[in-house]
Amino acid sequence: MQIDFIAILPEIVLTVTALLVLAADLALRGDAKQFVNPLAAFGTVGAIVATVVLWGSERVTFGTMYVVDDFAVLFKLLFLGTLLAILGISWRYVAEHRFFQGEYYFLLLTSFIGMMLMPSSRDLIMLFIALETVSVPAFVMVGMRKRDLYSSESALKFFLLGVLSAALMLFGMSMVYGFAGTTDLVGIAAAISGETASVPLLLGSVMLVIVGFGFKISAVPFHFWAPDTYAGAPMPVAAMLAVASKAAGFAGLVVVAFIAFEPVADVWGPMLGVLAVLTMTVGNLIALQQRDLIRLLAYSSVAQAGYILIPFGLARTGPEAAVVNAAAIEAVVFYLIAYAVMNLGAFGVAIAVERRTGLRSIADYAGLSGRSPLLAMGLTVFLLSLGGAPLTVGLWAKFAIIEAIAVDITLFGIVLATFLVVNSVIAFFYYLKVVRTVWMDQAPAGLPQLQPGFNLSAVVVVLMVGTLLLGVLPGLVTDFSSVISIVAAG
Amino acid sequence: MDPNTAGWALVVALFLPLAGAGALTLMPASMDREIRRAAVAITAVGFALVAAVTASFDYSRAGELQFTTDVPWITAIDARFSLGMDGISLPLFFLTSLLTLLCAIYTTKPLPSPGKPKAFLSLMLLLQTGMAGTFVAFDLILFFIFFELTLVPMFFMIGMWGGPRRDYASVKFFLYTLFGSVFMLVAFLAIYFQAGANSWSITELSNMAPFGSTTFQTWAFLGVFLGFAIKVPVWPFHPWLPDAHTEAPTVGSVLLAGVLLKMGTYGFIRIALPILPDGAARFAPMIGVLAVIGIVYGALCCLAQTDVKRLIAFSSVGHMGFVMLGIAAMNEAGIQAALFGNIAHGIITGMLFFLAGSMHERYHTREIAVIGGGMLKKMPVYGVLFTYVAIASLGLPGLAGFWGEFPAMWAAISPGLGLADSYGGLYLGLVVFAAIGTVLTAGYFLWLIQRINLGEPTERWANEPLADVQAIEWVSWLPLLALILALGIFPRLLFGGQDAAVTNLVGFLGG
Repeated sequence: MQIDFIAILPEIVLTVTALLVLAADLALRGDAKQFVNPLAAFGTVGAIVATVVLWGSERVTFGTMYVVDDFAVLFKLLFLGTLLAILGISWRYVAEHRFFQGEYYFLLLTSFIGMMLMPSSRDLIMLFIALETVSVPAFVMVGMRKRDLYSSESALKFFLLGVLSAALMLFGMSMVYGFAGTTDLVGIAAAISGETASVPLLLGSVMLVIVGFGFKISAVPFHFWAPDTYAGAPMPVAAMLAVASKAAGFAGLVVVAFIAFEPVADVWGPMLGVLAVLTMTVGNLIALQQRDLIRLLAYSSVAQAGYILIPFGLARTGPEAAVVNAAAIEAVVFYLIAYAVMNLGAFGVAIAVERRTGLRSIADYAGLSGRSPLLAMGLTVFLLSLGGAPLTVGLWAKFAIIEAIAVDITLFGIVLATFLVVNSVIAFFYYLKVVRTVWMDQAPAGLPQLQPGFNLSAVVVVLMVGTLLLGVLPGLVTDFSSVISIVAAG
Repeated sequence: MDPNTAGWALVVALFLPLAGAGALTLMPASMDREIRRAAVAITAVGFALVAAVTASFDYSRAGELQFTTDVPWITAIDARFSLGMDGISLPLFFLTSLLTLLCAIYTTKPLPSPGKPKAFLSLMLLLQTGMAGTFVAFDLILFFIFFELTLVPMFFMIGMWGGPRRDYASVKFFLYTLFGSVFMLVAFLAIYFQAGANSWSITELSNMAPFGSTTFQTWAFLGVFLGFAIKVPVWPFHPWLPDAHTEAPTVGSVLLAGVLLKMGTYGFIRIALPILPDGAARFAPMIGVLAVIGIVYGALCCLAQTDVKRLIAFSSVGHMGFVMLGIAAMNEAGIQAALFGNIAHGIITGMLFFLAGSMHERYHTREIAVIGGGMLKKMPVYGVLFTYVAIASLGLPGLAGFWGEFPAMWAAISPGLGLADSYGGLYLGLVVFAAIGTVLTAGYFLWLIQRINLGEPTERWANEPLADVQAIEWVSWLPLLALILALGIFPRLLFGGQDAAVTNLVGFLGG
């Protein structure tokens, strides 16, 4: 079998970097160990270059298991950009908390290798491998604050639920294989559409596979691990779970839902639509009660997952469904990009505040505007963007979803839109609560000066500029008509 | 300036405040006085430019768009950066620029706690861009962005510089208006797809109208209605208004009453009516009923208020009711009255909020009972001004307020779009109740004047040295005081300029 090495060059670069990081960690002593971070960043930039050159081409390798098209490239760039940002916000945090730095960066890179595989997978086995490569390093990273019981608890919780979901998914996959006689996604689609499509067991196993991804994207009712895990994990890891790992889950869900299970879209579509409603409503309502910023961000990210699920709820099957499905996928992809930018930024600010003071309750953000105008401005922009305020990318993300709904208005679509609207308003309530605390409350006396450090400041500034720039000119990334080629494949 | 080619003038006038806001944030906070002066300079330059635009506007072609700019903006969704102004936009654009200038001048006085003029003025300039942009945007998406852009600065203005209940008021303001505008966005998208012209252009969509089934028009109008009705606010969507107005700092209240509310009525006239005429015709009687309930309800609430500023806030509900009644009439006279009422209310109520703010600075209370009368003796000039503006607000002929109220009722007697046939009796009843509303309005304003201005100063204030109107206040108030009189005796200033544009608009309604 001929292997297209150009197609997998980004993954190769990341793998080599991961190994180099591990080796460098052995060679370096003491404070010098922190320089594995720039090494990892250097490798990431290399991988980005290797990915960018793949844009516009369509490469298939490992049989038909692995496809590199614009859809995959876009997701890979999203993951690599996220990785770069997480490396930026990790440097000082990890160095100061005296983690095993080599291991940390090695695991981080490994997890991202799994993510890179996800959008390219066109085979159930491949998808499963990708998903586990994302998850297993994450289990370990969550528990890295070894002396902290809270961290261990959250790691265990994450591990148990993660394994459970993986088992469910594998069970579902095995039955799907039993029906279709193949693990190839396109082959499954062909086999299912041949069936009368109403075999309950088949639909059940399709659901099991989708539920497996539901854990990954922390959709209600599979979200219970998320807040505890985010709160207990080292903060850069929480950021990774909230952004990259979730985006990977969505990438996998898009691939499996719109390619393999497209013929039964009229079954899983409404189901995911209902999940979307539940997820955003429950996430937002619980977020209202939070006093800890990280937990607030955790529940907000649950709610955001709900928004991203809405386009899945619009999915249809049949020849005339392509327009709707294409709009849905576009909305998902755009929302994920926007979400990554704004949520990483919010976590970046949270890390900057917590790293110095160990404080993370919302009340501790009182008077942040006086202590660090940059961070206060950043947090304001990110939170307003998460809410969907104008001149931020968040508005266009919501716009994309409503646009997908409006392509072909149905009653269910109107219901979904109504829930989106009501939830956006609820969400603003708690985002504004934080913003108000930051600007309008007096800072308690005696807090140390905030020194986010160059890397972290740079990440926050870049993300803030990105949020605002895309807010004014969303056209910079909205024109990716090519990413929806995936629909035609289904 | 040639109104056909000088699109740049509008772009500059629109983004100068934004650039100014950026420039202010770069100035060190210690340069307190310089920052305030810079803000005055920026708004003055902006106003000079707007004045030049107003002067060179071709009034013989007021129905057509002038000073246009139209370039692609977000190609993926066909949104364009499309600006322009006609006889309807011009007065509102002018008013925005004027009021912000006056507010900047007023802010050379000390700010309420926590001070920070840099942040305050930057927000005000940002707000100006949002407000002004709303009136000249001719692309639905661009309109929406400007419309929403005003929320964030106003939220901070109320929340940071507001009164004791500022937290509650700011969040309430934000959530209420946000709620409506998201539905509006959904309706915009529905309009876009239903029209199928791949265009968000307000002019193009108006020309295409009516399109879609009656059901579509009804639902789409409902979405747009929610967005604008909350902004106006139409009863029963008004609960955010008294809180926001009362808690906001003086400048915030002035801009809220003077411009922000007008964005709602402007939206009705510019977007909801011409693009969705069938929906508008179905909703018109309901709008009329809500408007009149607002008039009477606002007046009754005013009678019950003990706080001067809150009273003025509730009076806005009533006055905007008259504007909405004009819109509900769906004929040329009604739209004219609504637009006039818009501007008149902006000037008069803006001025009233200035006065209420100054009153609070002197008495440190806004409770009518605590102030307790005798202001004409204590501060004669101030007392006279207060009387003058209050009387203008109650709609005395010869002052600006009259030309919004009376023609609105007159227009509602014979509504357009065939409404006279099917709902003639209802409209007649509405006019009767609106007329009762004017009496109540006169009642509460006269009572207010009696309680505050007349009589002897109470013991508490008799020996307090209360300063009469100061120089800065004169500068920032005089233009408004003059406009109240000028528009009152010469309403053609406004009616004339709007005429052609309104005729065009009613043409879209098919009435």
